[in-house]
Amino acid sequence: MADRALFAEQATPFIDQLYGAAVRMTRNPADAEDLVQETFVRAYKGYESFQDGTNLRAWLFRILTNTFINSYRAAQRRPEQSELDDVEELYLYRRIGGLEAAALGRSAEDELMDLFTDSQIHDALEALPEQFRLAVLLADVEGFSYKEIAEILDVPIGTVMSRLHRGRRALQKSLYEFARERGAIRGPAPGEDVGESETAVDPATETRGP
Amino acid sequence: MSDHHHDHDEAVHEHRCDDAIAQIQAFLDGELDEATVARIEAHLEDCSPCLEAYDFEAELRKVIAARLRDDVPGDLRTRITAVLDRLESEGGGS
Repeated sequence: MADRALFAEQATPFIDQLYGAAVRMTRNPADAEDLVQETFVRAYKGYESFQDGTNLRAWLFRILTNTFINSYRAAQRRPEQSELDDVEELYLYRRIGGLEAAALGRSAEDELMDLFTDSQIHDALEALPEQFRLAVLLADVEGFSYKEIAEILDVPIGTVMSRLHRGRRALQKSLYEFARERGAIRGPAPGEDVGESETAVDPATETRGP
Repeated sequence: MSDHHHDHDEAVHEHRCDDAIAQIQAFLDGELDEATVARIEAHLEDCSPCLEAYDFEAELRKVIAARLRDDVPGDLRTRITAVLDRLESEGGGS
């Protein structure tokens, strides 16, 4: 019994982080609240199986993820694709890198902040197929290591790396398309090849076609 | 490819750029071994295009992560505490 009280004390500080992840998973605040509550109920009941001294946060995220996969995803009846276009590394940088940040005397971060709206970033993440979305969320928002993500998702580390890397690149492509549609960026069309070199290249080598 | 020493150096440099870019995600994730980190850091010190790409990716990550955090509804914490209290009083004994 005593360790159950300890559970409440130790686990409740993670409500915020779990809720944030739950919103991105369910794409719906009401479902996210239910998912976090269900996670706490399961974690409370299974607390005996938690090994003291191991990573409570990762354990809670594992329960959250499993609960989501088993209960909510099925209910959403949303077709989940597992395919993702292959997008090259530095997708955004090669199209919008080296903007006029320096000339304008603004930090690169401010500049990037302005390019995308909150909802575009939410939409871009939520548009990723689930397996990629979960990996990106756990790494980039929650800051878990590859090893922790492998344990949370119950897949090998190599799979985590592949999903994470591909998911991030696809996310960059979506962001680019959103910003371009909104007119925040004037750049080549998404499918256009911008070459391997950095953005500020000699115009002669910039386009490969006639 | 060429006999010229200069071209050889350029080829080596390009190879290092390719290597640095291939490792960019793992580097920013802090998932590389010390030797690889040292090799990449040495390259970034004398390759401003790669350094710029690294900075861009790092900034972009910060921006994305910051925008994906949500505030928890105030009553969720209360709701969960109440649920846990109820479970405990129901004698979820060990």
